[in-house]
Amino acid sequence: MSARATLATARRVLWQIRHDPRTIALLLVVPTGLLVLLYFLFEGQPHTFQRIGAPLCGLFPFIVMFLVTSIAMLRERNSGTLERLMTLPLAKGDILLGYGIAFGLLAALQALIVCTVGFAILGLHAAHGAWLVGLLAIANALLGMALGLFASAFARTEFQAVQFMPALIFPQLLLCGLFVPREQMAGWLHAISWLMPLTYAYEALARATASAALGAAMAAEVLAVAGFTLAALGLGAVTLRRRTA
Amino acid sequence: MAEAAAVTVENLRVRRGGREVLHGLSVEVGHGSVTGLLGPSGCGKSTLMRAIVGVQIVAGGTVTVLGRPAGASALRRRVGYVTQAPSVYADITVGENLGYFASIVGADRDRIARTIATVGLTEHEHQLVGSLSGGERSRVSLATALLNEPELLILDEPTVGLDPLLRNELWSAFHELARGGTTLLVSSHVMDEAGECDQLLLMRDGELLSQGTPEELRRSTGESDLSQAFLSVIKHSQAKREPHAGAP
Repeated sequence: MSARATLATARRVLWQIRHDPRTIALLLVVPTGLLVLLYFLFEGQPHTFQRIGAPLCGLFPFIVMFLVTSIAMLRERNSGTLERLMTLPLAKGDILLGYGIAFGLLAALQALIVCTVGFAILGLHAAHGAWLVGLLAIANALLGMALGLFASAFARTEFQAVQFMPALIFPQLLLCGLFVPREQMAGWLHAISWLMPLTYAYEALARATASAALGAAMAAEVLAVAGFTLAALGLGAVTLRRRTA
Repeated sequence: MAEAAAVTVENLRVRRGGREVLHGLSVEVGHGSVTGLLGPSGCGKSTLMRAIVGVQIVAGGTVTVLGRPAGASALRRRVGYVTQAPSVYADITVGENLGYFASIVGADRDRIARTIATVGLTEHEHQLVGSLSGGERSRVSLATALLNEPELLILDEPTVGLDPLLRNELWSAFHELARGGTTLLVSSHVMDEAGECDQLLLMRDGELLSQGTPEELRRSTGESDLSQAFLSVIKHSQAKREPHAGAP
């Protein structure tokens, strides 16, 4: 790996996004718009808005980056650019880290906007600081990116790639505890929820926005998110083949 | 030439999509020359080129490139490869595409500007690749491979769809590179480019029919036109095969 190739890749990904202002606008505005929608939906129930809205600020980047990365990597595979990169003095890690830096920056911007609106304007509160929610949001964005990268290897078309969102992300959102506390789920659903990366991401966010002390559980959850991210990146790297049939 | 060939392919067999597309092909490409790989679409030209670059999974045989096995990591700086379909980023500009590939191979700004000029795209430097014509896009793709002046250039149909004048300029550029010591392997399915090459490899149905200079091909077939010469080689090879054709 080389810092030059990694940074060049990150810069190239940012160039691609810069030429697509509508995507930038959607990335930055949509999560905040949805949060505002939620605010009015639960206007008379501030507790419900807090319980769902506060962790959601840190989950948006996960969802968005999963989708963006799976499409971006699919395009690299289908356009032949990935094959070309594989013939050049560039390590797989340069590609992965380059994407990570570019999308990480984008996720940070997205988290900054949604957290500012949520915590400073809409009255959400994060007991341990909105900045912690922001940091977790970036970590979750990288998790989403890593999963999207891996998932892209199993899609031949963009139609298939977008279907991975309801197929792989929705179940995680439903089971992570955001809508129904996991303790109230059927035993087998609770068991499945333990296997899902988003469960740990949500738990950490719920802890960061609640008043109880963070404790060792928080550290364990953050480590779990990091572990899932690295595992998905490792699996994703295996799908970047130098030789193909 | 005392030195070993730039590319040595021995007994190469490749299977794609459940059928064998190269059947034990052997060929050599000499240093510092322009070798034309000619044959109809689907005869295995691209597969052979992919095997030489080292991106093709092969079923058997050996491919040695600049003294190393094809695809060795040390070769990634020394071999340039341009696929048939332009493999560049459509959503960034010509200059940005070249800037990205230049950072990977370590080419400087001056080199980028000269390469853009070589492929005749200076006026389009700030244009998005997606807004260019097909021919212009393939020139961007070609330019990215010229950036670091690799010792071996594998170009898969680089002149398809280009206007005759530009095609001529590119061939001049290829000969210029060859004079400077670069080895070029250029594929084409149009025979009128055959005369531009120092060496010709004629392929059909995954096999090498003939190898030699254009002059040798003309002499051996007694045809002055290279298209006719190729036709004659095909007929000759079929005639040789004919006795077996009726066998079960």
